Amino acid sequence: MLSALEIEKITHEIQHVPVKKAACIEALKIVQAQRRWVSDESIQDIAAILDMSTAEVDSVATFYNLIFRSPVGRHVILLCDSISCYVMGYTELRNKLMELLQIKYGQTTADARFTLLPNACLGTCDHAPALMIDDDLYRDLQVADLEGILAKYE
Amino acid sequence: MERPLTQHIPASGAALHIREYEAVGGYSALRKVLEQFTPAEVTAHVKDANLKGRGGAGFSTGMKWSFVPMNVPGPKYLVANADEMEPGTFKDRWLLEGNPHQLLEGMIIAAYAIQATQAFVFLRWAYKQAAREMTRAIADAYAAGYLGKNILGKDYSLDIQLHTGVGRYMCGEETALLNSLEGKRAIPRAKPPFPQVSGLFGKPTIVNNVETLCYIPHIMNKGGDWFKSLSYTADGGTKIYGVSGKVNKPGAWELPMGVTMRELLEEHAGGMKNGFRFRGALPGGASTDFLTTAHLDVKMDFNGVAAAGSRLGTGTMVVLDDRTCPVGFVHNLEHFFAQESCGFCTPCREGLPWTEKILYAMEQGKGTEEDLQLLDMHTKLLGPGNTFCALAPGAMEPLQSALKYFREDFEQHIKEKKCPYAHHSH
Repeated sequence: MLSALEIEKITHEIQHVPVKKAACIEALKIVQAQRRWVSDESIQDIAAILDMSTAEVDSVATFYNLIFRSPVGRHVILLCDSISCYVMGYTELRNKLMELLQIKYGQTTADARFTLLPNACLGTCDHAPALMIDDDLYRDLQVADLEGILAKYE
Repeated sequence: MERPLTQHIPASGAALHIREYEAVGGYSALRKVLEQFTPAEVTAHVKDANLKGRGGAGFSTGMKWSFVPMNVPGPKYLVANADEMEPGTFKDRWLLEGNPHQLLEGMIIAAYAIQATQAFVFLRWAYKQAAREMTRAIADAYAAGYLGKNILGKDYSLDIQLHTGVGRYMCGEETALLNSLEGKRAIPRAKPPFPQVSGLFGKPTIVNNVETLCYIPHIMNKGGDWFKSLSYTADGGTKIYGVSGKVNKPGAWELPMGVTMRELLEEHAGGMKNGFRFRGALPGGASTDFLTTAHLDVKMDFNGVAAAGSRLGTGTMVVLDDRTCPVGFVHNLEHFFAQESCGFCTPCREGLPWTEKILYAMEQGKGTEEDLQLLDMHTKLLGPGNTFCALAPGAMEPLQSALKYFREDFEQHIKEKKCPYAHHSH
């Protein structure tokens, strides 16, 4: 069940668009902001509020890279794998991250601390390679930096 | 050398506050426009300046605005395309983070020209700092009377809303962006009708790139001739150029339109890092054809780069050095495009993953002679005219030019049954 706060926020968004459906992405963002991911049950609840079918809401939810349809860890690591980062050594960063966390792309650590995801261009190509953890951007990275960065997140 | 777009951006990287922006002449163009110009006159000025869109396609901005039907009832919309997600491209981030009011002023004038009542900044999710700065700037602009009802006491009202995306390269394509703003999957729409006539929620809509909109206040203040005089070539104005890769000083610089690749690489980017040699570059982001050492004196404007067989694109160059595998480089690009294809049209949905798999096999030492023919075939079958939008043709530009300029590297992979580069990676 969506919380009263989620319903209130989604209702607020609906008032700003000409048709209810147009609030679909905002609704998904609202739910994800509260729960870190969007469950099947949440998809059904959003669909009911927006007069859409669950399949329709799910088709939107699964289209976008940053709407998570399965649970994620307390912190999401987005490692930029685009061309400038590739040239500047992203592969070594990826290998080291997988070694430190003992997970592969798409997986979450056993203690639910981190989820590791590849990410299309972070738009900071002049400071490649780069990654983001939650809202924090790290640039000009070297493999040796990774342990210290991860230690900041509990 | 004048740098109208970036001259007031503090070196600290902190955004210019509304008072600081006003102190250097900010919002004076808006005041002038609302007092002195009709909407049609604004469009005529921009057309006269020969401002070409800086998002990649290079279409005349004034011309685009002039396609909006002005006598239809109901709302019209303006959208700033701030969904910068082309790999290798990082120019709009500078403008968004450093001078958000310049974008807002450009948007308000553009919206006035087409008599839009609602505008959106479609900002990519990764630009967290830009989101914070734009949120504050929009609130400050409302408080100062530059937004909302009866702007500066005149008979014109406009609301601007910040929309942050949830990650998908397709959102940068203008009709896919509109679908996304309508809460849908970001798939492209058939044209015609063009968005200028039937766009957001079926209403006339203009979508302009951030850099493009940031020029508008300066053009309205100083005129079309001034704008043209900033350039070395027939394409007017300055341009934000960038260089990334194994160069000494990667970065972005506002320079006269038409500087050469050589000047960008050697003077601004400080030349190649010690031990690395320049082999080629994508002149304007991931979806442009490689240029090589033979093209270093090409002028980086729309016509100059086109004549050399590529596109100016976003003007932000990605450098290929002699120690990076060209096949691995192109594989990385095709991986991106295959992943970001919206899946709506078959050649793109099926062809891009196929292309990626062939390149991956080649890097693994499993490529065959037939694979080269398959890659050549894909560059044609996924080329212009065979797909619904420009994503797949864009994806084929680096591939077709890599097959042309670095063919011996592809052949070496096949012959030696391995990647000949020491640090081969996927």
